[in-house]
Amino acid sequence: MIRVENLTIRAGEFRLRDVSFEAPTGSYAVLMGKTGSGKTTLLEGICGLKRIESGSVFLGDRDVTYAKPAERGIGFVPQDGALFRTMTVYDNIAFALTVRGWSDGEIRERVDELAELLGVTHLLDRHITGLSGGEQQRISLGRALAARPSILCLDEPLSALDDDTREEMYTLLRSVREHSHVTTLHITHNIAETQNLADRLFIIANGGLTERPIKRPDSTPSIETV
Amino acid sequence: MSSLESDASAPAGEHRVAADWPFYLIFAVIGGCYVVLILALLIGDIAYMVRGDVTGPAWAGDMPAWLRWFVDNPIFAALSKPEIQYSITLSLVSCTVTAIMSIWVAVPVGYLMARWDDAMVAQQLDRIAQPVEHHSKRLAAIIRWCSPKALIDAILDIPIVLPPLVIGLSLLILFQFFPRGVREEVVYEVPAVVLAQFVVACAFAVRVMRATYEQIDARREQVALTLGCSRAQAFFRVVMPESMRGILTAGTLAWARALGEFGPLLIFAGATRNKTEVLSTTVFLELSIGDLEAAVAVSLIMVLAAVVVLVIARVWGSNNLTI
Repeated sequence: MIRVENLTIRAGEFRLRDVSFEAPTGSYAVLMGKTGSGKTTLLEGICGLKRIESGSVFLGDRDVTYAKPAERGIGFVPQDGALFRTMTVYDNIAFALTVRGWSDGEIRERVDELAELLGVTHLLDRHITGLSGGEQQRISLGRALAARPSILCLDEPLSALDDDTREEMYTLLRSVREHSHVTTLHITHNIAETQNLADRLFIIANGGLTERPIKRPDSTPSIETV
Repeated sequence: MSSLESDASAPAGEHRVAADWPFYLIFAVIGGCYVVLILALLIGDIAYMVRGDVTGPAWAGDMPAWLRWFVDNPIFAALSKPEIQYSITLSLVSCTVTAIMSIWVAVPVGYLMARWDDAMVAQQLDRIAQPVEHHSKRLAAIIRWCSPKALIDAILDIPIVLPPLVIGLSLLILFQFFPRGVREEVVYEVPAVVLAQFVVACAFAVRVMRATYEQIDARREQVALTLGCSRAQAFFRVVMPESMRGILTAGTLAWARALGEFGPLLIFAGATRNKTEVLSTTVFLELSIGDLEAAVAVSLIMVLAAVVVLVIARVWGSNNLTI
């Protein structure tokens, strides 16, 4: 569960004011908003990467408002994947496990399991340079899931992908959800991603946040309301 | 508005543009002259040295002339002098120590300067500057400039902009405040050589490291934090490996700067043969006793070292850093 209460975050000139929402355990929440609406700032606040001015963040039952990012049990997938370029695909996925001091055998097992789920087994020995955008996002997802986080934060993970790859990623994200029962917060400005993935939809605009019902493709799409 | 309309209604193709070649020609000539000047400097040195009489040592009497030149040239002669051998050794050792020390300092300073988010302070200063702006734009600019980051940034540039002699003199003065024992160990001794080189070389290394860390996306570091790293772990596991090329560039640049250092050395370390003499001091000493050939020969040894450093930096270092 992700619960945010009266959160205020300042990022330069911009200020996100008094934002509250709740995404229940195991849900797939999508947060939509225009560029510059503060989506990423909110996500960074939840991940512990932006200082919170006031309000609180709960992950599960734990108040993590002032906890370090490392202690929050979050898997974070940024927009461009942000893979570690000096490491192989294997080392990227294994990163959180190496930091936690897992044994080589345990790491191997977990990385193989994830690589299979994400369809990147054939890439494990490769370096990051030369991988396609879709491959990079899969690996970034694997890296985020490795330590079995209870929360997964995705910051526009599909925005740089072509349509075919995007369809594949929808399937992949659904199967990840089935496998791991992770609570997901997915940021996007694309209505199709919402329709394909979300079971909760939050709209962020003018520094405030509201929950909206999800309109599936059969009803009228309403991008204008975003 | 009406003039715009009349322009748009003019038939296409009537506007003629002057030829581009004079532009390229003038720029190329100016640029070319400078490149030729640089090359001419080096070629002149070499030509001056090759010109000398070739007699050769007795044991090389029956060698062909061109081969004899290799054993009897000013560089060879310079290399055989013990005081120059000492100066070469001291140069190599002191420059290497300086380069390593510079990296040790430049990495943390560069990292902090690159990652220091001054947004909060800048905001407050902006708030103070805004009402002032109405009266004096310059005063407002000064207020905005007062953020600690900008201030420290300026301080870090001092060794670069300060006249070298002043740096040497300042070091000398500074050590007057130290206990006699420390002063006697440092001033006019080998440690003074390293310290004088370090003060200037490190400032350049800091610039390189700062540019390096600014180019490394903070996002990857943040991801490492969410994956369970402390700040130190994120730095050593993610940021450090990515900055290796920058570190190499900073090291070679510091090394090259240290090799060429002269002014501060002369004042703070002196120019004593077999004691604080490095290659740049040798050039000065040889010149002062009128041995131009030896001076040129030692200069060419330094040119060679500089070329090696340049190649290392170009091949293995980062090549897009603004210094």
